[in-house]
Amino acid sequence: MALAKISQVAGRGVFVPGNDIDTDRIIPARFMKCVSFDGLGEFVFFDVRKNPDGSPKQHPLNEPRFQGATVLLSGANFGCGSSREHAPQAIQKYGFRAIIAEGYAEIFFGNSTTLGIPCVTATRDDIAKVAAAIEANPQTELVVDLAALEVRFGGQKIKITMRESARDALVNGRWDAIGELLEGVPQVQALAKTLPYLAA
Amino acid sequence: MAKSLFQKVWEAHTVRQLANGQTQLLIGTHLIHEVTSPQAFGMLRDLKLKVAMPHRTFATVDHIVPTDQLVEPYADPLAQAMMNALRQNCAEFGITFFERSTGKQGIVHIVGPEQGITQPGTTIACGDSHTSTHGAFGAIAFGIGTTQIRDVLATQTMALGALKVRRIEVNGKLRPGVYAKDIILHIIRTLGVNGGTGFAYEYAGEAFDRMSMEERMTVCNMSIEGGARVGYVNPDETTFAYLKGRPYSPKGAEWDAAVARWKSFASDPGCQYDDVVKIDAATIEPTVTWGINPGQAIGVGECIPTPESAASVDEKASIVEALEYMKFKAGAPIKGTKIDVAFLGSCTNGRLSDFEEVARYVKGRKVDPRRGRFRVARGRLLDVPRDEPRQTRRRPGLRQFVEPQLQGPPGQPDRPHDPHESAHGRRRRAHRPRRRRPRSFRGLRKVKPLIDTNLH
Repeated sequence: MALAKISQVAGRGVFVPGNDIDTDRIIPARFMKCVSFDGLGEFVFFDVRKNPDGSPKQHPLNEPRFQGATVLLSGANFGCGSSREHAPQAIQKYGFRAIIAEGYAEIFFGNSTTLGIPCVTATRDDIAKVAAAIEANPQTELVVDLAALEVRFGGQKIKITMRESARDALVNGRWDAIGELLEGVPQVQALAKTLPYLAA
Repeated sequence: MAKSLFQKVWEAHTVRQLANGQTQLLIGTHLIHEVTSPQAFGMLRDLKLKVAMPHRTFATVDHIVPTDQLVEPYADPLAQAMMNALRQNCAEFGITFFERSTGKQGIVHIVGPEQGITQPGTTIACGDSHTSTHGAFGAIAFGIGTTQIRDVLATQTMALGALKVRRIEVNGKLRPGVYAKDIILHIIRTLGVNGGTGFAYEYAGEAFDRMSMEERMTVCNMSIEGGARVGYVNPDETTFAYLKGRPYSPKGAEWDAAVARWKSFASDPGCQYDDVVKIDAATIEPTVTWGINPGQAIGVGECIPTPESAASVDEKASIVEALEYMKFKAGAPIKGTKIDVAFLGSCTNGRLSDFEEVARYVKGRKVDPRRGRFRVARGRLLDVPRDEPRQTRRRPGLRQFVEPQLQGPPGQPDRPHDPHESAHGRRRRAHRPRRRRPRSFRGLRKVKPLIDTNLH
């Protein structure tokens, strides 16, 4: 399976501030009553974007000036809580192609990488610089560069970091591991024979 | 070289290194359920792949089983569709399905131990963050996403980076009224909700040595609330006693060989840890979460924090948000706070021993109908050995608890969930660990079904 080599993502950004934004805030549990991920995009951040009567709340994703943004910015420990892949699926289906945050919960990070969504890490001060630039001009184009490990925007740039295994997987088009895992199946069968609890 | 259990299990299950430096890890046991697996089977079909080891894949249905309706078709067509999809996928791919009619269905993290599928020195994966529960048995258990479920279905492996290991030792004597849940809340409070990122937690020390398997499961269950994807306790005689005689446990001469093998996986004395944290059991109070994340926990003798008491800008912002959300007064004692809803039956604390403990407290008492609610997940209690349900019925405290105390008034229909109390509503984030979706239990079916109800 040929996968896209994701070495950079370019697009406009939107800043959703806050720490410890959990996967239930990203996609509330009730939207998990489904047998497919289709259509999840419209429910992203649903309960912080909408009142119970369906009217919009004040939220960056509801602001017309940020419509069409493809880079999501946020705070620390983004994606904590439930392991639901529905969260990065909803983010991706909404239209986001990359996330810049101060840090990520482990499972969310892995789930996102597997979907080809780079989750890059930057310092709070640097994220604030990008957020300020977006605020001043929502049309500012951000370039998230996984090769140079920087984000360029409006003539400025900030440094980013990313776990090397994930960066490598994205830039070399290996972010969906299934092809490589399948190649290892003969070795899997051999190893399984050494573990008594796996006997058929 | 002395090694930790994590290192030994990791090495024993390593297939090979992948190009990006991750490990292809063999997953000995794959547990699946209706919420996170249907899309994975869809991906499998798209790729025209089969399930690599159907005999090591076990399914049950838990999250979606309604608490107010046990007979199919469910009133909610989406719930029924998820149930049907799991049933169909298991039939098509030859997977053992512990569905309701088998009497073995229940919370996925408890079915494994109860059936004896969860064993020391093994690797387990399941599409649920609380999969770490199995670590109570000295298994290395990962909560995974749906694409990884596809990977495990197709190859019985997944791509993972190794974790560091932090040993958390709790020594000394626990104070009365301090339970496993208090210990893990204290640990999360101490180390932070993301303090465990990149770590497996090894829980050890006298407090854990003395714990029952149920209590160890409670602690391991909440590892992820502290950011640790994996949490485990080294296997010991308590572990082996629990597993003996379970349906999937080794039998006869195989049992002795298995116990010897399981013992060999325990962390070696003197092995190196990436971090060690020591906690004096006597310092742990009965602990409650007061805010909007599991790290916002305080002892019952403490007061609700004030924004001024925050150690950082982040903590301050979080306290302000939580105070507003919970409508609490900063600095007020938590003791004496009125209970709006008591819910029993979470995947953290939904075992028979938990019900018995609560029964002791509520026996002879009533909930004020003008104010409080008491909710119990309806269904069947898990965690009861195969031969135990009848004994359960004779336990007077529990019987008392189940029949006269929780029976709804005659003629009152089961009520749907109040959105304010379930994972569906706007208050879903409050006390998250204690407000998990109601799930089902096994074992009390011959007593009386439990009914979500007001107590009058």
